[in-house]
Amino acid sequence: MTTFWFIVIAFLWTGYFVLEGFDFGVGALLPLLSRSEADRKQVLGTIGPVWDGNEVWLITAIGAMFAAFPAWYSGLLSGFYLAVFLVIAGLVVRGVGLEWRGKVHSRREVALCDAGIVTGSVLPAFLWGAIFGNLLFGTALATVLGGALSLSVAVLHGAVFVALKTTGGVRARARRAALLAAVGAVPVALATLPSVPGKGPMWTLGTALLAAAALAAGVTLVWGRREGWAFTATATAIAATTATVFGVLWTAPLPGLTLAEAASAPYTLTVLTWIGLIALPGVIAYQAWTYWVFRKRLTAGVH
Amino acid sequence: MDALDLARWQFGVTTVYHFLFVPLTIGLGVYVAGLQTAWHLTGKEHYLRLTKFFGKLFLINFAMGVVTGIVQEFQFGMNWSEYSTFVGDVFGAPLALEALLAFFLESTFLGLWIFGWDRLPKRVHLACLWAAVIGSNLSAYFILAANAWMKHPVGYEVVDGRARMTDLWAVLTNSTALAQVPHVVAASFVVAGGFVIAVAGYRILRERGLGLRPGRPARTAAGDATTPMRRLPDMWRTSLRAALVMTAIAGAVVAGSGDLSGQLLREQQPMKLAAAEGLRHDTAGAPFSIAPGVEVPGLLSLLAAHDPGATVQGVDDIQARYEKTFGPADYTPNLPVVFWSFRVMIGFGMATVGLSVLGLWLTRRPRRRHGGMAKPVPDWFARLCVLALPLPAIAIISGWLLSEIGRQPWTVQGELMTAASVSPGVSLGEVAITLAIFTVLYGLLAVAEGVLLVRHVKAGPELPPVESAPAGAVPARPDEARLTPTLMY
Ligand code: HDD
Ligand code: HEM
Ligand code: HEM
Repeated sequence: MTTFWFIVIAFLWTGYFVLEGFDFGVGALLPLLSRSEADRKQVLGTIGPVWDGNEVWLITAIGAMFAAFPAWYSGLLSGFYLAVFLVIAGLVVRGVGLEWRGKVHSRREVALCDAGIVTGSVLPAFLWGAIFGNLLFGTALATVLGGALSLSVAVLHGAVFVALKTTGGVRARARRAALLAAVGAVPVALATLPSVPGKGPMWTLGTALLAAAALAAGVTLVWGRREGWAFTATATAIAATTATVFGVLWTAPLPGLTLAEAASAPYTLTVLTWIGLIALPGVIAYQAWTYWVFRKRLTAGVH
Repeated sequence: MDALDLARWQFGVTTVYHFLFVPLTIGLGVYVAGLQTAWHLTGKEHYLRLTKFFGKLFLINFAMGVVTGIVQEFQFGMNWSEYSTFVGDVFGAPLALEALLAFFLESTFLGLWIFGWDRLPKRVHLACLWAAVIGSNLSAYFILAANAWMKHPVGYEVVDGRARMTDLWAVLTNSTALAQVPHVVAASFVVAGGFVIAVAGYRILRERGLGLRPGRPARTAAGDATTPMRRLPDMWRTSLRAALVMTAIAGAVVAGSGDLSGQLLREQQPMKLAAAEGLRHDTAGAPFSIAPGVEVPGLLSLLAAHDPGATVQGVDDIQARYEKTFGPADYTPNLPVVFWSFRVMIGFGMATVGLSVLGLWLTRRPRRRHGGMAKPVPDWFARLCVLALPLPAIAIISGWLLSEIGRQPWTVQGELMTAASVSPGVSLGEVAITLAIFTVLYGLLAVAEGVLLVRHVKAGPELPPVESAPAGAVPARPDEARLTPTLMY
């Protein structure tokens, strides 16, 4: 049961990083991809209907940690107090920026919303990587590298997503941004790779290599304008990275804490399992339907 | 001042703040869904205008509910790690269920509603809003079940210094939760109803060219929707009446469930009840004091036990009993705060409900008389309506102050004290910094939200098409085209 719930939580975090990853990337790239207000609307339109639903993956991951591994939840959040605080402060300004942008009047107010969106995307994208980097290795270098990795990969993922979902000038700029982001992401990924062997179980080496390969494939595919496949590849890279991180955390979710100590009683885990098994497929189905409804590419000026 | 005090302040500030927006989300969502359903059923365009108008206000507010809620989800772990470790097994379950069953529903389908106006069939689009609204109300149920457990822990045992859940069903059907859920949800409808009443009252005045103060004409800005809206005289009356009905019905539920809560308090949290009443000693036939010195004999016993002669426990006697059971400590919450918040909650909240009943009477029997015209809403009543905005909002916050401060010094009644709940590893400086930033950030956002809401209320709904519009700009069916903008976003 403990193992199963650890996997569920890893799955929820994976969903969060894959989905919110491109939201963060899109938010971070907003000023770079747009020449005009119409462009900005087009860029933000790609995540408009879905970002809030994506964010709930985080809320569910956190809620599930609280229920299944209370000591892990509380140790992680109180241990990384200020970093976590900055993440949620970022999510606050990003959320109001996204929601209010279309409801304010003056240019100055729109610019404020944009500033909120950019800050609130860059900050959490960097900090999540930094938090997990620090958790795994405890060194300053790992913290910075982790943050750089998660930010650059999110930017790449977001750029690919915009390229996939738009037409015209924005699409062309997104492609170029993706290639530029790759110039940042690939070296950082290569720098983090050697730290994996010997840390966790053997298979994490496999997922780490898969992540690197997927990243490389993603870059190649954007180059060749196969955006759909490129997006699949960057999503795979993020999922494989998350799997690697949780594979290492498996032995010690926090320094000095084992999963068994952190876990809730078998009764709690069992009832949650039943409810989760029934509800989660439904959630995935209706979120998938949302992406289907909004599957068309967006064109500037036409919503 | 130590980290504990600041952590408490932080919790109080952020949660009260979250709860300023939550009731509007819960109640206004249902109201907007009702309007859209009315449009769907009758095809009358003013329902669509109202849907869009209140829908926009709803969304401005919704954003704040979402972002402040995220803070709550993390805060238990950040500031209250001892608490979280102790209760996670029981308390975490409803929180996880809330995210899984309610928040996903709410946020996903709201996204579909906002962006789906011209991408989804009408029926499906309406269903999306209802799904989101059901999500909001479901989230209230789960979070309140968690909160109720803190007041009246059930379905658990303590093993190795941690609460272990033994019965999820018992947690979800806790008597305290079953009283609290209808109470808080109905109170949220009172708040949302009051909001609509105030907005409609204000719009009625404005469209009559009147200001908020008697004898003062309104200042109308250029581009104001006032003049053309005269063509739809019934629109605000319709929305006002709907809100009056909603508030009156919800008010009855609030009173009924509040009464139930009071009786549960007598058994489950006698200290809170005694504090709310300022009752010092165990008393048979206890009086209810409306304010210090003004007492109604036997009323408290009647309220708390449905028996004017019943004994109600008093603060000092409970303190003595608790010392015997739990060891020496101060078990008395902040008495003046609990006493007054109880009165403000009932007084301000029920005043709003009274106002709604009065309004229903004043606007009764619409057509027929007055030559087929609806009986007009009197100017003075339209002015009074504006009060329906602050009164229930203050009432609902007072209710939480009563509930949470009245529970002190316990976080989990009889099991865990607040002082033992706080994160041991978090320093005073860390809590101070985050508290300061939260306060400033939240203050700025509150101003921004206020400005946005006021602006949109003043601007009014979208104009019906004006005859003199440039010829090229008028599509074949002008109403349809203008009223179905592609994005509400
Ligand atoms: C519009 C708001 C509003 C109104 C009109 C009332 N209340 Fe209330 N009350 C709340 C808003 C509220 C609340 C914010 O929703 C609380 C706080 C926590 C909770 O469970 O509900 C609450 C709590 C609360 C509690 C404490 C429950 C507990 O802590 O376990 C009692 C005993 C009452 N109420 C009783 C009443 C009575 C007898 C009312 C009128 C006849 C009444 N309330 C009107
Ligand atoms: C599930 C819902 C809730 C839970 C689990 C909860 C839990 C807590 C906890 C752990 C504390 C800290 C102890 C303390 O500061 O004294 C607290 C205090 C407080 N809560 Fe709640 N709360 C909930 C809902 C609310 C809501 C919705 C409000 C109001 C809008 C509220 C208002 C407060 C206030 C004002 C305090 C400070 C009391 C004090 O410092 O004396 N709570 N609550
Ligand atoms: C103190 C404990 C609380 C926690 C941990 C909490 C958690 C949250 C979270 C995480 C969100 C954002 C969801 C999103 O992003 O979509 C939210 C919003 C909301 N919460 Fe709370 N909440 C608390 C108190 C309450 C209470 C007491 C109620 C109801 C009575 C409530 C009802 C809602 C509603 C209706 C929203 C509106 C926005 C939304 O759900 O998305 N919450 N809450």
